[in-house]
Amino acid sequence: MSNLKALAYELRENTIDIIVEGKAGHIGGDMSVMEILTELYFEQMNISPENMDDPDRDKFVMSKGHSMEAYYAVLAEKGFFPIQEVIGQFSKFGSQYIGHPNNKLPGIEMNSGSLGHGLPVCVGMALAAKMNGQEYRTYTVMGDGELAEGSVWEGAMAASHYKLDNLCAVVDRNRLQISGNTEDVMAHDDLHERFRAFGWHVIDVTDGNNISQLKDAFEEAKTVKGKPTVLIANTVKGKGSPVMENKAPWHHKVPNAEELAQIKKDLRERKEALLHE
Amino acid sequence: MNKIANRQVICDVLVEAAKEDKEIVALCSDSRGSASLTKFAETHPKQFVEVGIAEQNLVSISAGLAKCGKKPYAASPASFLSTRSYEQCKVDVAYSNTNVKLIGISGGVSYGALGMSHHSAQDIAAMCSIPNMRVYIPSDRLQTEHLFKSLLKDEKPAYIRVGRNPVEDVYEEGNVPFEMDKATVLSEGADIAIIACGEMVKPAADAAKILETKGIHATVIDMYCIKPLDKETIVKAASGAKAVITVEEHAPFGGLGSMVSQVVGSQCPRKVVNMALPDAPVITGTSKEVFDHYGLTGEGIAKKAEELLRI
Repeated sequence: MSNLKALAYELRENTIDIIVEGKAGHIGGDMSVMEILTELYFEQMNISPENMDDPDRDKFVMSKGHSMEAYYAVLAEKGFFPIQEVIGQFSKFGSQYIGHPNNKLPGIEMNSGSLGHGLPVCVGMALAAKMNGQEYRTYTVMGDGELAEGSVWEGAMAASHYKLDNLCAVVDRNRLQISGNTEDVMAHDDLHERFRAFGWHVIDVTDGNNISQLKDAFEEAKTVKGKPTVLIANTVKGKGSPVMENKAPWHHKVPNAEELAQIKKDLRERKEALLHE
Repeated sequence: MNKIANRQVICDVLVEAAKEDKEIVALCSDSRGSASLTKFAETHPKQFVEVGIAEQNLVSISAGLAKCGKKPYAASPASFLSTRSYEQCKVDVAYSNTNVKLIGISGGVSYGALGMSHHSAQDIAAMCSIPNMRVYIPSDRLQTEHLFKSLLKDEKPAYIRVGRNPVEDVYEEGNVPFEMDKATVLSEGADIAIIACGEMVKPAADAAKILETKGIHATVIDMYCIKPLDKETIVKAASGAKAVITVEEHAPFGGLGSMVSQVVGSQCPRKVVNMALPDAPVITGTSKEVFDHYGLTGEGIAKKAEELLRI
C-alpha cells in the first residue's frame, strides 16, 4: 500500500487483532506510535528481511518496548514473519511472540522492555558507524514517560559528546503514562529545552500522527551536522478511535466485544477517508 | 613477590590484540587509570571510548557497538559494573546476547578502606544468576593472560573480575596449565578438597602445604570458571575426599560456596564448609588485613580443615 497514512490504519487493525487474540497488549501506546513506525519502516530506513545481514543498513531499537504489538504489525507487513502467525501465537504458552522485543525473532535487533535502554544502545550503534566510516543511520523510539529514566540522559549526553549526527531519536509524546497525565506523574513539558541543553537538535512535530509532518522532520534530521536529532512527536494515545483516545486506562487494555466493534468501525472509516484523500 | 597486577596483564593482552584486530574496542567510565587501560587509550586512541562516570551508559554503548560488529571490553570498578549497571548487563548484554566482555576491576575488597560502596562482594551471585552470562575470576597474572587470550576468540558475553593489586603468582612462568572452562587442579589428596577462586587460590594452596606437614592430604582446585562451573572436577574432588572447603572473596550467599554446595549436595553428598566474607560491611583495612581478620589465609584455611577432619 503506497498510501502510508491509510497503511497506518490498516496496521492498527492488525495490532488490535493481535491484542484481542492474545488477550493482552499495550494498546494505547501501540496506537500513538503507529505513524512513527510506519514512516520509519516504509519510507526512512533501509531495513528489510533481505538486508538484515548487510552491515551498512540502517539500525533501529524499539526503546518503548511495550508497544510491541504495533511493532509486530509493522515487521509483519515488512515481511519478517506472517501476521497470522503473530495473531495466532502472541502471548500464548511457549510462544516467541512475547510482549516486548525478542531478538530471537527476525527483524528485531535488541531486547528491551525495561525502559531507558534504547537510546544508550543506539549511541553505541551510531558510534560504530563513525568509527568505521559507515553511512547508515540509527533510530530509536522512546515513550515520554520513559524520559524519567536517568539512563536516557546518560545516553543523550554521550550522543552529543560524540557528535552523533547519524543518530535520530523519536519521543512518542502522547502525554499519558500508566498512572495518568505525564505532567502529573513527572513533568517534562520543558523537554525541548532539556534536549537542547544536552546539545541536541530538537524538532517539534506538531502532529506526530501525521505521516507528512514526520517525513519532513526525518528529512530535516538528515541535514543536521555535528549533533544528534530528537523528534518530539506530539501524538494521541489510543489514536484511531474515540473509544481509546486520550484515555489513560487504555495504556494496556483488551477491548470487549462492543468496544472492539466500535474501534474496528472507526479505524476502517478513517482508513477509507485517507484512501480517498 | 610479583609486581604486575592482573588488570595490567589484561591491558597488555588487549593492546597487542588490538594491533591486529581493529574491531576490538576498550571502554571506560572515567576508569582508564584504575583499569590500567591508559596504555591502551594512548596506543589505540581510535579504539578507545570514554563514557564518563556513567556505568549504565558504559554497558549499553558496549552492547550497541557489539551489535554492529565491534568487540567491546568494558572496564569499570566491579562494585559499580555489577550493581549500578546490573540491568544493562542483564538486558543489553546477556538477554540480547551481545559480544561484550565486562571487566570488573578492583574487585572484592580491593578498595579496602574506601568502604562497602566500593566493595564487590555480591558480583558472583549477581552475575551468575543472569542466564547467558559467564563469570570468570582468575587467580594470578599468568592465568589472567591465558583467560583473556581465550576470551578474545569467542563472541559471547562474559563478566571477569580481577583485583586491584598485584598478587603472588600461583603458577610458574612458562608452566601454566589452562583449559577454558575447566578448573585447574593444583594438588590432589584424599583427605580434604579445597575449592577456591581469584585471590583465595594462593592461600588455599598455602593451606595444602601446611596440612601436608601434618599428614593431611588436600586437593586444591582453582575454580576460575565460576560459570559455567566445572561440575565434573568438583564431583571428582569431593568424591575422593572426606569433606570440602570453599574459599572466596565474596559474601556468604550465592557465590562459589553456594554453587559448589549445590553440586556436592546433589551429586556426592559430603560436608561442605564455605569460607567467605561476612554478611556485613567488612572491617576496614587493606585486602591482607581483611583476609587475615576473617581467616581467609593459608593458616586460617588449614585450621578450618583440621577442625573439619577432627569431627
